[in-house]
Amino acid sequence: MALAQINWFKYSSPQAFYPLAGRMIPWFATIAALLIGVGLYIGFFVAPTDFQQGQSYRIIFVHVPAAWMSMFLYVVMAIWAGLGLGLNARPSFMMAQAIAPTGALFTFLALFTGAMWGKPTWGAWWVWDARLTSELILLFLYAGVMLLRTSIDDPRRADRASAVFALVGVVNVPIIYFSVRWWNTLHQGASVSMTAAPKMAATMLTAMLVMTLGFWMYSIAVTLARMRCVILERERRSSWGMHHSHREAVEVH
Amino acid sequence: MSQPGIFAALNEIIRRDLLLVLRRRSDVLTTVLFFIMVASLFPLGVGPEPAVLRTIAPGVLWVAALLSCLLSLGRLFTADYVDGVLEQMLLIPQPLSVLVIGKVAAHWLISGLPVVLLSPLLGLQFGLSGEALGVLTLSLLLGTPTLSFIGAIGAALTLGVRGSSVLIALLVLPLFIPVLIFGAGAVTSSASGIGAGAHLSLLGAGLLLALALAPWATATSLRIALE
Amino acid sequence: MLNVDNVSCLRGERRLITALSFTVQQGRLLAVTGENGSGKTSLLRMLCGLLPPEQGRILWEDQDVRACRERFLASLIYVGHLNSLKDDLTPVENVTISARLAGEEISEGKTCEALEAVGLARVIHRLPTRVLSQGQKRRVSLARLWMSQRPLWILDEPFAALDASATGLLMQQLRSHLHNGGIVIAATHQEIDVGADRLDQLRLAG
Repeated sequence: MALAQINWFKYSSPQAFYPLAGRMIPWFATIAALLIGVGLYIGFFVAPTDFQQGQSYRIIFVHVPAAWMSMFLYVVMAIWAGLGLGLNARPSFMMAQAIAPTGALFTFLALFTGAMWGKPTWGAWWVWDARLTSELILLFLYAGVMLLRTSIDDPRRADRASAVFALVGVVNVPIIYFSVRWWNTLHQGASVSMTAAPKMAATMLTAMLVMTLGFWMYSIAVTLARMRCVILERERRSSWGMHHSHREAVEVH
Repeated sequence: MSQPGIFAALNEIIRRDLLLVLRRRSDVLTTVLFFIMVASLFPLGVGPEPAVLRTIAPGVLWVAALLSCLLSLGRLFTADYVDGVLEQMLLIPQPLSVLVIGKVAAHWLISGLPVVLLSPLLGLQFGLSGEALGVLTLSLLLGTPTLSFIGAIGAALTLGVRGSSVLIALLVLPLFIPVLIFGAGAVTSSASGIGAGAHLSLLGAGLLLALALAPWATATSLRIALE
Repeated sequence: MLNVDNVSCLRGERRLITALSFTVQQGRLLAVTGENGSGKTSLLRMLCGLLPPEQGRILWEDQDVRACRERFLASLIYVGHLNSLKDDLTPVENVTISARLAGEEISEGKTCEALEAVGLARVIHRLPTRVLSQGQKRRVSLARLWMSQRPLWILDEPFAALDASATGLLMQQLRSHLHNGGIVIAATHQEIDVGADRLDQLRLAG
């Protein structure tokens, strides 16, 4: 127990994490750029044209990985939030804070590409299909987490309140998803099941997986960069923080 | 912490909140009038076509119930927070979640139950059949306590936060969606002859889940808010 | 006996209290003084368990208060800087309900006796609390001290808004509580006259 705590604080202390993150960001960013480039290449040039939908279906190489990432990142954020509440560890809260905007971005990307795909396919920018509706609700949940944090001035309370909401949300996400699907089948509305292509060609699957991996690496790089900002912002009062923050250093009196 | 102690505290908190409402009856009236007004706006906006009204009635009445619950959530903890009573409640030698259950029960009696009782009347205005009216009332009876439980989490999280009345809507409404879907779905499917059994069971399951988890989350949020 | 062991407290990003330790024995009063913003209220709220200490422990009769929360709270009366009264209830209802919620068996008759003991005439017992003056409200919120057997009193500025006669009555009640072996911790700017042999001082630096 004691040993675990020592290790925890050693690796998670902002002072140790800050330079480590700085060294890691270029690597993750490079890998992300390579993977996304390869994924887009396979998706847009190698994968075969769909005989029903033509070229427009190719947006799924962005849409589906983005949708996957948006849900995955919400769960990761909730895990960090739960760790923060359980261990009373500030770095975990910072991590949850750093992940949220990226998750929201992917949710928005999934919605946007869904709409772009819907127009040529269904003739409408928006159809109330189960996946798109769930993504919209997920975007509301991300907005809730971020807005709750910014509305509370005391950083400790902001951390913990938004962590509780993230956890409440993660319990609700499966219920919401289930209820929306249920609602969708009851009303027999338009269904945009993009992954239910009869036989997904191996190249299509490869492109999607490569894109997902690329998005994942991108998420790590961006989260680390945002984490560095969060650390600087929060530690600006400490001597360490002042040393690293040039703008703040001017104000030292 | 003895069993009778828990029930005595639960009883005391519900009686206190009801007594406070008796002294200030306008609070209940506002919620109920709001519910009636929102529901009455739709025929004015959509037009008096009976077939259309009958189709949208379950959704409209459920959304109106949702909004009137939301409207009354702001009062759930705020008054007690401002005058310091909530701080004393945190020092009661009983688990805090028991207290939360008492507050939520009182909130439902004050704002949820009147809506349930009024819903058949409003359903008649929309031309719902007798069976659909019964299902509507039953679905609200099962669903509105869940709304109060979920809403309590939002109310506790936004306690004393600036702009809390708008923020609480943003936090709580997405969490209300499953209740809305199953509640309005129960009425729709009974009207279309599928039967409302599955929907009502899911509403019941939702209530049990909310009863199990929401008091804990609310208690945690209250402690965070009062630190 | 209340033990505070190496306790630190953060408010926002500011460290208010650092590695504070003290003990309050039975029959003694600890007067907490210090400038505005020195952390008096935070310290009292931490002692009650409303504010978790960042580090350190608080022991009640040699047991960590987190481990025996319900037993500790059943020994405690906390009067905060807010009066904790509902404006729409009468003083009798306010005091009776809050005592019952705290788990004490109290009749309304006993509440009336306590309200008279703090110098509130019977005519105002049944008025809405909203019409009372600040000093009268403070007296109502202190009335619980006259009707409880609980040993530990934590009082935040108990003399605020009280006039000379009420201050005298409260001093008298504090002395009798200490005499019966009770413990009082009070944040105050006022000289507390309970006898030097019963008084401890804690001065918080800003």
